[in-house]
Amino acid sequence: MSAVSPRVAVPKRPRVRPGAISLTALTYAIALLVFFPVLWTVLTAFKKEADAAATPPTFFFHATFANFQAVFDADYFTYFKNTLLLAGGSTLLALVLGLPAAYSLAFHPSKHTPKVLSWVLSTKMLPAVGALIPLVVIYKRVGLFDTRLGMILLYAAFNLPLVIWMMRSFFADLPKEILEASIVDGAGFFRIMTRIVLPLTAPGLAATALLSLIFSWNEFLLAVNLTAANSGTLPVFISGFQTSEGLFFAKMSAASTLAVAPVILAGWLAQRSLVRGLTFGAVK
Amino acid sequence: MVRDPKGAPVAEIEFQDVGKVYADGTRAVDALDLQIQDGEFMVFVGPSGCGKTTALRMVAGLEEISEGAILIGDRVVNNVSPKDRDIAMVFQTYALYPHMTVEENLAFGLRLRKLTKTEIGRRVHAAASTLGLEEFLQRKPRALSGGQRQRVAMGRAIVREPQVYLMDEPLSNLDAKLRVQMRAEIHKLQRELGVTTIYVTHDQTEAMTMGDRVAVMLSGHLQQVDDPERLYARPANQFVAGFIGSPAMNMTEARLSRGDDALIVNFGAHRLAVDPELVAERPALAAYENGKVVLGIRPEDFEDAAFTPEAPPERSLDTVTGLREALGSEVLVHFSIASSSSVAPDASEFIESVGDEGTIFVARVHPQTRAREGESLRLVVNTKRLHFFDPETGRAIFAEAGAQTRMTVGPRSV
Repeated sequence: MSAVSPRVAVPKRPRVRPGAISLTALTYAIALLVFFPVLWTVLTAFKKEADAAATPPTFFFHATFANFQAVFDADYFTYFKNTLLLAGGSTLLALVLGLPAAYSLAFHPSKHTPKVLSWVLSTKMLPAVGALIPLVVIYKRVGLFDTRLGMILLYAAFNLPLVIWMMRSFFADLPKEILEASIVDGAGFFRIMTRIVLPLTAPGLAATALLSLIFSWNEFLLAVNLTAANSGTLPVFISGFQTSEGLFFAKMSAASTLAVAPVILAGWLAQRSLVRGLTFGAVK
Repeated sequence: MVRDPKGAPVAEIEFQDVGKVYADGTRAVDALDLQIQDGEFMVFVGPSGCGKTTALRMVAGLEEISEGAILIGDRVVNNVSPKDRDIAMVFQTYALYPHMTVEENLAFGLRLRKLTKTEIGRRVHAAASTLGLEEFLQRKPRALSGGQRQRVAMGRAIVREPQVYLMDEPLSNLDAKLRVQMRAEIHKLQRELGVTTIYVTHDQTEAMTMGDRVAVMLSGHLQQVDDPERLYARPANQFVAGFIGSPAMNMTEARLSRGDDALIVNFGAHRLAVDPELVAERPALAAYENGKVVLGIRPEDFEDAAFTPEAPPERSLDTVTGLREALGSEVLVHFSIASSSSVAPDASEFIESVGDEGTIFVARVHPQTRAREGESLRLVVNTKRLHFFDPETGRAIFAEAGAQTRMTVGPRSV
């Protein structure tokens, strides 16, 4: 996963030994194994449908952009915009609600704090499909079915435990004296949050936001059941290429490529800023 | 800000019967009664866990006050938030904001108080020049040395121009040499600024060198508060006697008896005639005649008899040098006394004592002493400066039994 915890120390460069070389080779092999489906999807996106469906699979083929053209013609940008709004909106909402909760749990713990934390997590234990039917019924009744607002609320609720748990642990790692110093200096909750706590936990915040974004971006089950033309997301769009007759592998791969590209890009950008980390010079 | 009718800020701090009990039932501070004068440098000293830091944090508003009241000026601050108490605090870990430059660190509290840009600039630069930080203003804390960080932490307190400074072991993270230097600087700075200061430390040397008055605490209780000279010369109980001064005061069980013309203190195989002046100073001693006391002698009240040949035998004791530690300007001679050591029950865990083979005494003698390990040595004792404690209560025996601890607490009202 591209979200790297900022607490992971950059390892020192070890002296090269035979064991290390084979370990490196193994790492490459595993990485290739993991990466191969993505590679295959991207390759398939450039094939003609006939090449894509060929058995045995072909590695050498005449590249075509026709699939991408078909994807764009199928209203890719509407779904892209929906996905962006839903993922961004739900992440923002989850942060707005989750950060104060994490702050309170980290800095003002009580004997009930562990209970609250496990209760927050318990909402994650229910399989989404278990809540699906009631959700469809309720959303249709209150008019949230196939609306962006409805999906933002839903995704924010799903991401809230993640935000609370991760940010609580990042906050708890801050030296308490820094907060006390800012309290004595005259800062209230809002100032402490925006001027002290968030700048110091920025890498953790970025990692959390990225995980939340990726979840919302890729979520399929709820999206496919609760959205239609108005608020469909890219996973729904991809599945739309599945037909019962005719070939669709290449077009579907093109759609997938275009769906994951922004996430990979975002992950890559975030990783660069995450790894930098923050070196504390505050205490000792 | 509280001001007296003439317009000068009044920053006395008063603890009125203050207690702190944590949620789990731990009692950190008990019935603390203390008044700190405007402009005074008050040091809280004691072993870790004695409640000194808790007391300080209650003044800062970082801990709730469970019992009693704390006043700054003439205002009860129990329910006043830290930012409205007009205090500034220096933390043991400095607690600098790591993502801000030195300048931003200094200016942070001022910005929050909505001062004008020019005023902020003026104060930041004044503080930076006082502390020699001008060239580091644009650096982040991680690019500073320990001593420089400590200065920034001080600067952050100074720029605020508060009524009260609270300092929580601000020097304990520095190396020994820097600590001595900063000790002098903080002391000088406080004199110049004249701001009421509470300074917490576990280091009795810091306490003695810096404080106008020193409050010695143990297990949440105030033991004695006095100026350093009195604390050293007239410790109120065995704990204070052992805690203040280095090497620590020698203490042993002893018996008082009436000699021909003087009170005699007997311990181990030794007899010393108590100086009549001292007996006059401590009239309550008479009640202990033919009874047990705890005798205290400071290492510096011994001298090698070779350097005071005129000393009478009733002021000297013959012993055998155990360990000899030459420190250059002085020599510490360890010797053993065949009597049981005595340490107040509640202070025992903080004061070294030696088990069955008697009590080890330390004498600080002239650097040119000819004392050799294993050889006999005659020591002369300054019997005007003996200390006596009640073996039951551990309290110093002065005028009348039981009145000592009260007497040492500062005035209740002005």
